[in-house]
Parts: sequence; structure tokens; C-alpha cells
Amino acid sequence: MAFILRRLGYYLIAFWASLSINFMLPRLMPGDPVGRLLGQMQGTLTDAQIEQFRHLFGLDDRPIWLQYIQYIQDVFTGRLGISTSQFPVPVVDVIGAQLGWTILLGGTALLIAVVLGNLLGIWAAWRRGGLLDRLFPPLLVFVGSFPYFFIAMIALYLFAVKLKWFPIGQAFTLGTAPSFSGEFIGDVIRHLVVPAGTIVAVSLGGWMLGMRNTMIGTAAEDYITMARAKGLREGRIMYRYAARNAMLPSVTAFGMSIGFVVGGALLTEVVFAYPGIGFQLLRAVQSLDYPLMQGIFLTLTAAVLVANFLIDILYVRLDPRVRVR
Amino acid sequence: MSVQNSGSSMLTTTATSQPGAPVNAPRHRNRLALRLLRDRRALTGLVILVIFVVVALAAPLISPGNPRSSVAAGSESPSFAHLLGTTSKGEDVLALLIWGSRSSLGIGFTVGALATLVGLLIGLTSAYFGRAIDDFLSVVTNIFLLIPGLPLLIILAAFLPPGPGTIVVVLVITGWAGSARVVRAQALSLRGKDYIDAAVVTGERPLTIMLREMLPNMASIVMSTFLACVIFGIGAQAGLEFLGLGDVSAVSWGTNLFWATNEGSLIRGTWWTFVPSGAAIALIAFSLALINYAVDEVTNPRLAGRAKRKDRRR
Repeated sequence: MAFILRRLGYYLIAFWASLSINFMLPRLMPGDPVGRLLGQMQGTLTDAQIEQFRHLFGLDDRPIWLQYIQYIQDVFTGRLGISTSQFPVPVVDVIGAQLGWTILLGGTALLIAVVLGNLLGIWAAWRRGGLLDRLFPPLLVFVGSFPYFFIAMIALYLFAVKLKWFPIGQAFTLGTAPSFSGEFIGDVIRHLVVPAGTIVAVSLGGWMLGMRNTMIGTAAEDYITMARAKGLREGRIMYRYAARNAMLPSVTAFGMSIGFVVGGALLTEVVFAYPGIGFQLLRAVQSLDYPLMQGIFLTLTAAVLVANFLIDILYVRLDPRVRVR
Repeated sequence: MSVQNSGSSMLTTTATSQPGAPVNAPRHRNRLALRLLRDRRALTGLVILVIFVVVALAAPLISPGNPRSSVAAGSESPSFAHLLGTTSKGEDVLALLIWGSRSSLGIGFTVGALATLVGLLIGLTSAYFGRAIDDFLSVVTNIFLLIPGLPLLIILAAFLPPGPGTIVVVLVITGWAGSARVVRAQALSLRGKDYIDAAVVTGERPLTIMLREMLPNMASIVMSTFLACVIFGIGAQAGLEFLGLGDVSAVSWGTNLFWATNEGSLIRGTWWTFVPSGAAIALIAFSLALINYAVDEVTNPRLAGRAKRKDRRR
């Protein structure tokens, strides 16, 4: 319980820190582009909307601590301002409409990469110096050294443009209405294969090497020798004895890697014009839509922190030593 | 074992210390360098790296003139006149690649060095002083590790004025935490060693102990952290510029990719405009990863000595 509370404290501080970064950035920014932005939109904004922008970006004359309190209040009540690039839709609605696609893309890719990567790591460590162990680590390190978005570009070019196996970009065929029919779900899956596949390809190496290196340590433990001496089947020793104990670092790495997957999904979305948050973020950056940029940053941070917290709870279940401490 | 040896003998050398390098730290590093040179993978990595650095330094000689000037018709596929073809604006792709290596390598190594330096300072301070200072610095480090990197990078880069300085600052802000954590863990185990306590008792100043006694014994960790930071720097710079958050008029591998996508190379199938820059980033990262991998195996006996371990298992 103490462990969980301490972690929760961490996440709250982290969220507070990113809130503060968000609060400070526009106020420290030289040149006052927000003022210019407001000037450009003078005719289209209502007085109440202008008032809200002033709150968000500190263009009013109130003391800074009062602005800070107001800002935190706004964030927790979901008032993140109005998107200037998709005027007059509130930032919260823009994000809400796109978040699902990002979760679908990132979640699928993460799940496949974790399961596959760990399995490969287990097998490679078990047959030290075997084909898998010699061939895969260098190969995956090589693939992993490509930037996410470059692998995505190559995959898009090869599989969608040249070979025409998969559709070019988007999350579903334009013009079809989203529904839960088998046809639409099939369409979504066909659009998902290449973007998710690129994220898997790039992140697989990290999982495999991590698992392999812990497995090598575990495989040398005395209880493995003992299990062998008892005459247990090799498969049982591998999964139930060695791999099970080597899993813990992977669980921790899972929490850490969610942030990376978010980043990878963002860039992949940009390349594939996949209608998730990352694609939205790019559009926000290009049209200097500061409220949307900040809203997306906060949403992603919150999502990553919540995911990490859930993993901590899982960790406590998995590792009894944490509970005792 | 060698780490401990050099540590305890260092106590005798630094007890009568004068300003200057510790006596046996260079020997330790030389040994590491020598063993790396004997490793086939590390050698491959070093050769690739050296080629890139030489090309970057000699860019004005190899490819004179402004790489942004149109030298041919647009979108020509690779030919003898233009080995890697031309972009849709008629720029020579090879020239862009060569000149781009300057910015990419320059920023990558600057970011790597600065992020490692910050990580070292925080990690060593944290481990040496312990208690409240350690608690505070660990919280700060963990927070930077928790906040997703790319979104933070993007909003920082979007709000600050564009330019190479901003990119370096932003990448160091988001990149130092990982190295601080690794350094702290290693320094913490050194902090418990007797020779550090001995140094404290003899009245060495904290900074001297950290830099003279602890740092030389972490050479391999520092080295692999630095390499990882450089990989991060090059990749993240390219990512930012690909999104259009850098100075798009400058020539770098990231901006090459940005222009390639913006000019629709993917859809039009002009692969030669985006493959070279991406491959260059990957090749550099790969070479650094190879060196890193070899440093790991050379310094960590558990991962090395494959033949010996296999015998024991059979």
C-alpha cells in the first residue's frame, strides 16, 4: 500500500510539473504570437472566447499566482480553450474525437510487440548461440536504429504505393460511415496492418534483447539446475521456472515504454495520415494552434501516467517483495 | 575485478594528488579501447562512424556549392551525373545528403555530450550525497522519464524560436534523465565501496571524490550512455525536423525527409529522395549501437564469454 501511495505521489507531481510547463511556456515565450493570433481572429471570436484565451495564455493583468490557480481550475474542469485551427470546436472535443484511433493503433502495436518480443527473447536466451540468438539481435538492432517515421515511410511506399497490398493512409476508406459491421471492422483492420506493423518492427528489438539478457541471468540460477535434476520437461522449466521470474523487468519496461509508443504512434500517424492525436498534433503545430497543442500534450501525459499507475498496481500483485517493504 | 583494482590503487595515487589526470585512469580506458578494437562489431561501427565524420568535415571539398541550388530538371532518377537523383525542385540528393550530415552529426554529438554531462552531474551528486538530495533529484529525474518525450519535445520546440540552438536545448531537456538514472545506479554501488569512505575520511572535497574517484571507474557506463544519447539526439532531431519544427531552410537529414514528404515523394514513387537520408540516420545509429553493444559485452563478463558458458551448460 505504501508503495502504491508513493508511486501515486510521483504521478501527481509529474502531472503537476507538466501542467506548470504548459502554464509557463506561453508566458515565457518571446514575441507574443498569441497576441498576434488573437489580433487575426478579432472578428470571429465572441467576447467570452477572447476572455478564455486571455486566461489560458496570461494576457490579462492579474497577478501570476491568481492566473496559475485559475489555469489549474480550468484544466480540471475540462476547459482547455478553443482550437484555433478547427474554430470554433473546443479543444476537448477535438481530442475526444481522435483519441480512440491513437489508442487502437498504439495499443495493438504495443501488445503485439510485447508478446512477440518477450517470446523471442525467451527462446533466444534458452538456445544460447542458436540461430535465433545469432540472427535476430543484430537484425532487430539494425531495424531499431531506423527512426520510427522512416520505417513508416518505407513501409507505406513498399506495401501501399508499390505493391498496393494495403490502402494508402487513413484509418478507414473515406466515405464509409463508421459502424460495428463486419465489413467496416475488416476495413479498419486492413488500414491498421501497416502502421501497427512498423511500430512493432521498430520496438521488437528492445523487448527481445531485454528479455534475453534477464533470461540469461535467470537460466544460470540454482533452481533451474534443480528443476533439471528433477527431470522436468524442458518447456516447463523454460516458461514456468525461468521466464516467469525473468518477466518482472519486462513489466517495469512496459510502463516506461508506453511513453515511447505514444511518440512512435504520433510519428507513424503523421506518415500514414492516420486520424489520431498525432496527426492532429501536426496540424496544430503547422497552424500554430497553441491551445490544441497544449491540450494534446496534457492528454497524452495524463494517459501515460494513468497507464503507469495501472502497471504499478499489477506489479504489486506480481512481486510479493514490494508488498512487504 | 579490474574496476575494483584500479579504484583501490587510485586511492594511493590521489592521496598525494596534484592537479592533472589520475595516473591509472587513462590506462584503464586504453585497455577498454584496445579490447574494443579487437571486437569485430565495434570495429565495423567505428569504421562507419569515421567515414561519416570525414564526409561531414570535408563537405565543401566533396560537394562544392550550395546544395539548395537547382542543378537539373526535377525528380530525375539516379544517373551518372546525379548519383542519387534529384528532388522535385532539381536539387542534387547526394549534395543534400553530404551537407545534411554536418547538421545532423553536429547536433547529435552536441546533444549527446551535453545530455551525458547533465546526467553525470545529477547522477553523481544524487548518489554521493544521498538522503534528501538524492530523494529530490530522483523525483525530478523520474518525472522527466515519466512525461512522454515526443509530445514534450513538440510543445517546447513549438513555443521556442526555431533554430539549431533551440533544438539542442530542447533535446537536452528531454534526454538527460535516462543517463542520470543509469549513472546514479552505478555510482550508488561505488559509493558503498571502502575506498570512497577512505577518501571521505582523508578529507577530500566532494567534487574531487566524484570526479577523481568515482567517475574513472564508470568509464564504460559513461561511454555507453553517451552513445545512447547521441543516437537519441540524431533520431529526435530528425523527428522534430520531419514534423517541420526545425529550421526548414537549413540542410539536414531531418529537413531532407520533411521536404521529401511535403513534395509528395512517397505517393509519386520518387524513392531516391527520402531513402538516402533515412538510411544515413539508421547507419549512424546502427554503428553507434554496435559500438555500444560491444562496450557492454567487453565490460560485462556475464554477457561475453559465450563459448565458455555454452560448455558449462552441456
